[in-house]
This record gives sequence, C-alpha cells and structure tokens, in this order.
Amino acid sequence: MYKVLFSSISKKFVMALAGLFLILFLPVHLIINFMLLKNDPGPFNKAAHFMATFPIVKIIEILLIGAILVHVFYGIFLQIQNWLARPVGYVSGSKSETSFFSKFMIWTGASVLTFLILHFFNFYFIKLGFVDGNPEDFYSVAHGLFKIPAYNYIYLVCFGILGFHLFHAFSSAFQTLGLNHRIWTPVVKVFAWIYAIAIPAGFAIISITLWQFR
Amino acid sequence: MKLTLKIWRQKNATSKGAFMTYKMDDVAPEMSFLEMLDALNKKLVEGSNEPVAFDHDCREGICGSCGMYINGHPHGPVPAVTTCLLSMRYFKDGDTVWIEPWRAKPFPVIKDLIVDRSAFDKIQSAGGFISINTGAAPEANSIVVPRKDSDNAFDSAVCIGCGACVAACKNASAMLFVSAKISQFALLPQGRVEAKERVRAMVDKMDELGFGNCSNTGACEAECPKQIKITNIARLNREFYKAF
Amino acid sequence: MGTLNSKIPDGPLSQKWTKYKASVKLVNPANKKKLEIIVIGTGLSGAGAASALGELGYSVKNFCYQDSPRRAHSVAAQGGINAAKNYQNDGDSIYRLFYDMIKGGDYRAREANVYRAAEVSNQVIDHYTALGVPFARDYGGTLDTRSFGGVQVSRTFYAKGQTGQQCLLGCYSSLNRQIKKGSVVMYPRREMLDLVIIDGKARGIIARNLITGEIERHSAHAVVLATGGYGTIYYMSTLAVNSNASAAWKAHKKGAFFANPSFLQIHPTCVPQLNQFQSKLTLMSESLRNDGRIWVPKVKGDKRPSNSIPEDERDYYLERRYPAFGNLVPRDVASRAAKERCDAGYGVGETGLAVNLDFRDSIKKQGKKAIENKYGNLFDMYKTITGIDPYEEPMMIYPAGHYTMGGLWVNYELMTTVKGLYAIGESNFSDHGANRLGASSLMQAAGDGYFILPNTISNYLADEIRVAKISTDRPEFEETEKAATWRLEKLISINGKQTASSFHKRLGKIMWDYCGMIRNEEGLKKALTLISDLKTEFWSDLKVTGTIKEMNPELEKAGRVADYIEFASLLVTDALERRESCGAHFREEFQTPDGEAQRNDEEFAYVAAWEYAGEDNPHILHKEELKFEEVEMKVRSYK
Repeated sequence: MYKVLFSSISKKFVMALAGLFLILFLPVHLIINFMLLKNDPGPFNKAAHFMATFPIVKIIEILLIGAILVHVFYGIFLQIQNWLARPVGYVSGSKSETSFFSKFMIWTGASVLTFLILHFFNFYFIKLGFVDGNPEDFYSVAHGLFKIPAYNYIYLVCFGILGFHLFHAFSSAFQTLGLNHRIWTPVVKVFAWIYAIAIPAGFAIISITLWQFR
Repeated sequence: MKLTLKIWRQKNATSKGAFMTYKMDDVAPEMSFLEMLDALNKKLVEGSNEPVAFDHDCREGICGSCGMYINGHPHGPVPAVTTCLLSMRYFKDGDTVWIEPWRAKPFPVIKDLIVDRSAFDKIQSAGGFISINTGAAPEANSIVVPRKDSDNAFDSAVCIGCGACVAACKNASAMLFVSAKISQFALLPQGRVEAKERVRAMVDKMDELGFGNCSNTGACEAECPKQIKITNIARLNREFYKAF
Repeated sequence: MGTLNSKIPDGPLSQKWTKYKASVKLVNPANKKKLEIIVIGTGLSGAGAASALGELGYSVKNFCYQDSPRRAHSVAAQGGINAAKNYQNDGDSIYRLFYDMIKGGDYRAREANVYRAAEVSNQVIDHYTALGVPFARDYGGTLDTRSFGGVQVSRTFYAKGQTGQQCLLGCYSSLNRQIKKGSVVMYPRREMLDLVIIDGKARGIIARNLITGEIERHSAHAVVLATGGYGTIYYMSTLAVNSNASAAWKAHKKGAFFANPSFLQIHPTCVPQLNQFQSKLTLMSESLRNDGRIWVPKVKGDKRPSNSIPEDERDYYLERRYPAFGNLVPRDVASRAAKERCDAGYGVGETGLAVNLDFRDSIKKQGKKAIENKYGNLFDMYKTITGIDPYEEPMMIYPAGHYTMGGLWVNYELMTTVKGLYAIGESNFSDHGANRLGASSLMQAAGDGYFILPNTISNYLADEIRVAKISTDRPEFEETEKAATWRLEKLISINGKQTASSFHKRLGKIMWDYCGMIRNEEGLKKALTLISDLKTEFWSDLKVTGTIKEMNPELEKAGRVADYIEFASLLVTDALERRESCGAHFREEFQTPDGEAQRNDEEFAYVAAWEYAGEDNPHILHKEELKFEEVEMKVRSYK
C-alpha cells in the first residue's frame, strides 16, 4: 500500500490530478471576478454568497482545499527527493534543451502559494470567520484592495508567475497521466499555452482596470 | 587547435575530488573526444602522472560504456552522439572544456570520470525480462506482431544504458531508461504476459535506488544519444496505472 | 594431452546431434545446484550459456571486464543473424546453411560442428523472438530476412543495423532473470588473470577486481571461456578497444591448445583510417553490400570527387570479377579485391586507401525512405564519424581486422584440451573454418551458449557430482595467485618510458603489414623477428603508472598487450606453417594465375592445434585431420 501511494509515479499521478483540478477552478474564479468590473456590487456579492453556501459548491470547496494541500505537500516532497538524488551538481551547469518553465516549478509554485495565503487572509479566512471582516460584501473589500498600488504590483507579479507555472503544468499533467497521443498531444500543448496566457491575463485586466480606471 | 581542459579528478570513491586544468596544444579536428583524451593520457603517463580514468569500450556508440558531462551536456554539445563518437571538429581553438562525471546519488564516482552504474543492472534484473526458458520458445512466426508495434518496440529497445538521461535530468531521474525497457516489452505480445509484474518491480527498484522523480522537463530526451522519446515515459505511466 | 580426440559422434551427419543428446550423461536436478560453473564473458555465448545453465539449476558465476554484462562486444554486431528457417521459400535448409558455411570457410571447418550450428540456428531465432528481441518484420507481422555475402538465399534475420545489440540485450535480459533468481551471480569489472588447474582439471580462476585492484580466487567444477576474439591484435580493428585475448592465452599456457590462430578475418566494409590518432576502425555492416555498389575510378589516381566521375569511367570491380555474386562475394574475397585495387593505385580519398560504396542507384530505384529504413543508423553513424552524408556521396570504405575464426581448440562437446575447460562463441575455433560468412557469428555464439554447451557440459559434470565445493585455499590457487600477482608487479616495476598503448600500436602495425590480408614467407619471418624485438623492448621500457591495489586501466592494458605480444608469435608461426592460401589466410606464394586463393587439400586439410611447451620452447603442432564425408572439397568459386 505504501508503494502504491508513494511510488514516484503515484506521487506524480496525484500531483497531476490535483493540479488539473486547480487548473479547472481558475476560470470559474475568473468569471466571478469579472463581475467586479460592474459598478453594481450586487451580482458579485450574490455570486460570492452562492459560492459560500450552495451545498455542491461546499463539497467542491473541500476538494479544492484538499487539492491545494496535496499538491503543495507532494510538490515539496518530490522536490526534496529530487534534490537528494543529486547531492553534487555540475560546475558547467545544464545547457540541455528543455521545457524551460519546468525547471522552476518549485519556485513558481511557492510564489503562487505565498499569494494564495495572502489571498486567504483577505477573503477566504473572513468567510470562515478566522479573520474579522464582512463576508457579505467582498465587492467592497476587493475594490478597496485594488486601490492599493503595492497590492496590485504583488497581484500582477503573482499572476505572471502563475502563468509560468501553468505553461509547464498543463501539458505536463497530461504526460504524467499517460495521456499521450500522436495528434492530441500537440493540440494540448497549444491549448496549454493559450490557457497559461489567457487566465493570468484575465485576472490582470481586472486588477489594472480597477486600479487605474476606476 | 589549442584547448584548455578542466577535468574532474578523484582518486577513488571515498576521496575528495577536484578539477584539474590541462592544456592541450595539438588537438586535431579529426580526433574523437576520447582520442583527444588518449593523447592527454599518453602525455600524462610518459610524464609519470596518473592518466585520467574514463569508461570506454566499443568506440562506435553502441556499448554505452563511455559517458562524460562535457560543457553542460552529457556526451557533449552535439545531439544524438555518444562521447566516443563526438568529433573534435565541433570545438574551436582556444575553447575551455569542462569534463565532469555523471552526477547522481545512485551513480557514485569510482574514479575520475568513471561512475558506478550498476543501479541500471539492478533495475533490469528486477523485471526487465521475459520469463522463458531456453528451448521452450514457440516457432518464431507463430505469433505475428504488427510491423508498427515491432518498429516502435525497436525504437525503444535501442537504449544503450549509458546513463545520459539520468545525468541530464535535473532530478537525476531514471524514468527514460526504465520507460524504454518497459515500452519495448509492452509493445510486443511476448512481453504482455508479465507486463504488470514487470512495471511494478522495475519502478519499485528504481525508487528504492534513490533516483529522482520525473518532472517532464525533457532534458533526457534532448540528450539521449539514441534519441529515445519521452513518449516512452507516458507509456510507462500508463503501464504503471494499469498494473493496479 | 598430446592426442586430439574430437569426439565426433558416429552416424550420419544429420543424426549426430540428435543421437548425442539422446545418449549424453545427465545430472540429476538435485545435484545441479551443488555444481558450480564459472563463465567468463557476457556476450551472446557467455550470457546465453550463463542463463541457460542457470535455468537448468546449476550455480553459475558470470564474469566480465565491463561495468555491466550488457556491454559485451556482441553488442556491436550490426547486420544480422542467420537461420535456416526458409521463410522466404527460396530453397534454404539446414543442409544448405551448413554447406554454405563449409564452403565459405574454405573447407577448413569440422563438418559435424558446422552442421550442428546450422541445426540449432532455428531454435536460436525462436528463442530470441520469445525473449522480445524486436527483429524486423514484414507488413503481415511475420519476420523479415535479408541476404548477406557469400550466399544466394535470404536467411539473415535483422533488427535494422543493430542486430547484435538487440540479440545481446535479449541475452542480458535472460541473464537478469537468472540473477534475480539467484542461480547466476554476476561479477562485473573483473578480469581473469589465470586459470587454476587441480589434478588436470579446470577448477577455478584468479581474477582481479578492476575497481579495488584486489586479487580474487573463484572456484568451480567447470570453467567456460566465452571471451571473444583477438582482432585487436591489429591495434585498430572493428572490435571494442578493450577486447583482448588474455583469458584464452592464459588458458592456452595452462594446456589448452590453440587452433588455427592465423585465421583472422578482415572485414571489407569499414570506415578507413582518417588520422594518426585513430583508435578504432568502425564497421559498416556487410548488409550494405545488398544495396551499395563498390567501385573505384577506371583511371589510376583519378582524384575528382566521386560524384563527378561519369558512369562509364567507374570500375565496379566486384561485379566485373565475380558476376555470379557481384557485390555479395564473401568477406575475404571482397577485402583482397579492395586491397588489390588500392595497391594498384586506384584507391579513392586522400590516402588512396579506400574504395567507394555507392548507394546512388539503390536510392534512385527504391527511394531514400526505403534505404533509410534498412540502414538509417549506419548512414547516420558514417556521417557522424566522417562528416560525409552517404545519401549524397558514396561511402568510403576499407578493410579492417574483424573476426577471428581461430581460437581455442575444442572437441565436439566444446571442451578444450584441458578437462573441464570449455570455450564457446568466437573464443573457440570450431565453426567457421578459414573464413566466416556474414551473420553467422551471432548464430554460432548464441547456438553455443544457449543450446549446445548446456547439453554437452552435463556429460562432464555427471562425473563430478561427488566432488564437493572446491576450496580456494588449495595450494594450486595459492600458487596461481602468486604467479599472477608477481606478473602484475613486474609490469609496474619496469618503470620505463613507453606506454602500453604505444607498444600495442607498434605490434598492430607489424601484424597488419606482415600478417594481414596478404602474407608471404619473407614477411612472416620478418614479423617474428620484429615481435621478438618488441617483446624485449616491452619488458625493459614499459611505463605503467599507479599500483595494483587500485583501479588502474594502464595496468590492465599493459597485461593485455604483454599477452598479445606473446600470442603474436604463435599467430605468425601458424601463418608461416600453413603453406597454402585458404579463406582469409592468403599466402602470396599460393595463388592461381588470376589471383585467387589456392588451397592445398593434400597437405593442409587439417586443424592446426598448437600446444604450449614453455616460455623458451617452440610450440608443438598437433594436426586434427579434417574428414569431409558429406561434402566434396571444391575450389571455392564465386565467379
């Protein structure tokens, strides 16, 4: 059983599944965030309320938190093993032609995680009641935050990093799951690139609009 | 041409190693990389210095003995060749060449540029075979194999076990090596019988020996002298899931 | 010792092996485990034997000098492996394969052994296929074959240009299965230093651990040598640079007769020497001659680029001289023909020591894709080495030392003249006569290892079941170890100025110049003097760095070169003694008016088996008369 859960391929399998699940959640979040662009706080708050209370979403939320924890835990675990596998490095470095962003997954991942924690303090923990605030009016909270330039800088940088993470993550997950195909793999790769640009771009548009144009 | 060589020298497994600098004045572009080292060694021995130890044998790129990490690449900067077939015409006068042994925990240095790759043999003997006794084989044409499958199996089977994939991988993962063997047998009807036991045994052994995990970076594929593709790794993953 | 008993079973040729197997003594399964067998070498024959013996239940110890059994030089065989399957319906049969080998070997091989090799060839293909060797297949999914030099049927199974690699990895996988089971214990990075003989029987070896330098003793009830050939005696050859004759030579000095040492095949299609530092002549598979046409310019010294020489100014000399076989004449014939043209001044390339192997016509006819499918990796390799693209320009090729038909003398059971010592694969002499046909070395090595030795060894071991595990504390081990260590110390203590490699290079030149493709009495006698001088110089001016008790590649090399220098004298002596031309052994004095080899069956239809008589005494020649009951000795003609 231990071997089943902790063999190198199993760990990667879990990483990939959790990662894909998180990837799927991103557009949902983005769609809701687009409601911030409206001058009326109603739709956004309503959506936020729906997300906080609807039973099925509740289940998904638990899964989502689980996926984050598993993805982070396994990611760190795999990385430590990887470092241990090469105790002495190369003086001449590595000049191999590789998937560039794959080399920094632990660092892009850690950056995204840091942002996520910040994000949780601003919203999610309020909802859970861990932190003071009004969970019924995230619209105002968001608009307030996007008025702070430093917050916008961090936000934009982190979404840029998320993009880097996604560049490798998306197609890598397919490879790990063994979903490899002569025709479809190149299609997935192209889609992954589009996705890795479009999603962070969407979030960035909201940030820049609220910060500069409102 | 003139070259400056920076070579990792290490007396034995337990001693601490260091880079030593050697100047080569008369390297001919027709030489192979190993012939260039032969020339260096001749000079060293004649001067009563210990020659640089490196593994080599067939010198035609098929035995998989040779392997050194040259200027940031396993087997040097030219794709799809082993060190023994790496021609010096790819280097320029005045170049500095860094020569390092494979670096991975399961490949400890034995001496200078020689590493212990017995971990690969251990993975193979964990399950890299088809259990058939001599004399028990059916008539060769009694099992037909689609030509496409047979060709694909061949493409995976050309692995020479040199270890460049491990050396190149930032995680020192042996997935390309293992996946090549798994793929060869997975694609042939003869190998399907024990497919499940094989993949579990080989992956378990690979993990146990301390290789890193695959992060689909693709350095292995880029550096493999036999151009084995990472699609083999996807197949290994599939075979592994199927085994449970 | 002294008399040769080849132990060929009675009865008609086609029944000998069946009859032998039916009457051979067997070892009870319970006793097999108690019997230990040492196998030296992990190539097709060695790994094959080790795994087959392991499967039978014997306790096997398998040794190799490489870091892994997967690197044995069988790995480099390219073209293919023969079998008499007759899948092409082109009239092939066991008898025809046998006949082709006897004829190809110029009637200097033992009929019974050759017939048996042909007989087990089909089982070899079945076994490899079952082991997952990805041989080339036709669109219907059945195995494909191609034709090879010296024959008129298509019986060569292949896996692109890497058949040896695929077969070896098949052997390696079956070996691994036994290693996992525990029936074979693998000892990589070990070099056999000497054979231990107790009461006239081979009982073990002294080996050096090449990592630690430690000298080890290993005992067994029988010892099997699967140590390959000695082509590296030419320094540059198609062999792995570390291939050597040391194990065989040590066994020879302990009483195993050496047979036909001068039968050394020069392979016609190799990448020529391009520079003075070159350490290796890479083989370009003979299979290339299926589709490539060999030619030189008709005009002497024509230095135009090959592609700009018009068709009517090209001399396709093999097609001209041998219309029946054309470019597919046997290796010895093709090699000499190339040398003849180059010596006459028609050679191409800067050195003039090369001929063209041209694919232009085949590419035109079959398309580039088809040629790529068949020879892609060979073309790539050629381009990597030379920088020339053979799809665009003809390959330049020249002959190089390749395979040794000679080897330790063995009887029908593959046992040498030392009891309990066997020699299999290329290390024995038995199946190829004076010349080997393409794709039959893999066939013979695999046959010896998987199917023949495991059957014959029981005939000896059946009488050994009462012999308990042999102690390595016996005085014979003590003495042999002492002698081996003393020799290593001596090599280091010379402390002269020249490296082992430089001696090897000089020895190679002597051998190539005087005992290569074409030999004559004067040259051979000169070679003997030169070798003797070289030996004296070696033992007074050799430089070996480092110590015994550590990894020391220079010391390994020095030991091998020292053995080669001794062995070279025997090789030349054998060439001198054989006053005829046969197969690869071409004596200038003995040729037909049109320059073909002239055999002398009256006087030389024998196997020359040489007995070692001590350091300062000449070798003693024993003759095993070759009786041809099935085939008639004819002039070998490929015209």
